[in-house]
Amino acid sequence: MKTERPVNLDLTKFSFPIAAIASITHRITGVLLFVAIAYLLWLLGLALDSPAGFAEAGTLLAQPLPKLVLLAVLAALLFHILAGLKHLVMDFHHWDSLEGGRRASQGVFVLTVVGTVLAGAWIW
Amino acid sequence: MVSKVTNVTSLTRSGLSDFVIQRVSAVIMAVYTFWVLGFFIANPDLTHAHLVAYFASMPMVLFSTLTVLATAAHAWIGMWTVGTDYIRPHYFGAHATSFRLVYQAGCVALLFVYVAWALQLFWSL
Repeated sequence: MKTERPVNLDLTKFSFPIAAIASITHRITGVLLFVAIAYLLWLLGLALDSPAGFAEAGTLLAQPLPKLVLLAVLAALLFHILAGLKHLVMDFHHWDSLEGGRRASQGVFVLTVVGTVLAGAWIW
Repeated sequence: MVSKVTNVTSLTRSGLSDFVIQRVSAVIMAVYTFWVLGFFIANPDLTHAHLVAYFASMPMVLFSTLTVLATAAHAWIGMWTVGTDYIRPHYFGAHATSFRLVYQAGCVALLFVYVAWALQLFWSL
């Protein structure tokens, strides 16, 4: 087997189908969530630590930027879970046709937007 | 033909069992996420005592512990997949393998911190 194969993939020249965009978004949100665990653990630790820490966490989350970060994390989490559920369904050979995969990917994006709007209304 | 060792850093050295672990851990984490989110949504006037009582109950400590361990396995498989897909000579040149090892060591270090931190947090309530 030739191990030094030539590779010429100019990703900027591709027109990506929505299933591919859902797939790369699944990856990006996964990496983001890996980092976001620190923020969530720190917040939970602060809130659990003492009544003063609980109040501090509450004050922090009343500010726009921490709220926005939390909303972004929730949006990434929602997308990642929905895309993961789509994967589980596809493991059982549903939604795995061209049209089915397209519809399922669209569904994941639509539900993420709806869920993020609801989460935003909840946080604010 | 000499076959190269290419999967030494996957979680279980078997793509098939990594596949299953990725899905089982995902289901555990998804259920935990909606369970905890549901608690926060159902309790808009939450107090410190109520929050501690919720997380300190033994079933919840065990559920949190299970989720922490699931997260460690899930994140490792995911980060490994991303690393081996992108940190390779085509994108990173001749030192790609060194970069990938550093990246993987960084992932392991951060995961270790997360697991130790989270277990300390949940078991000291």
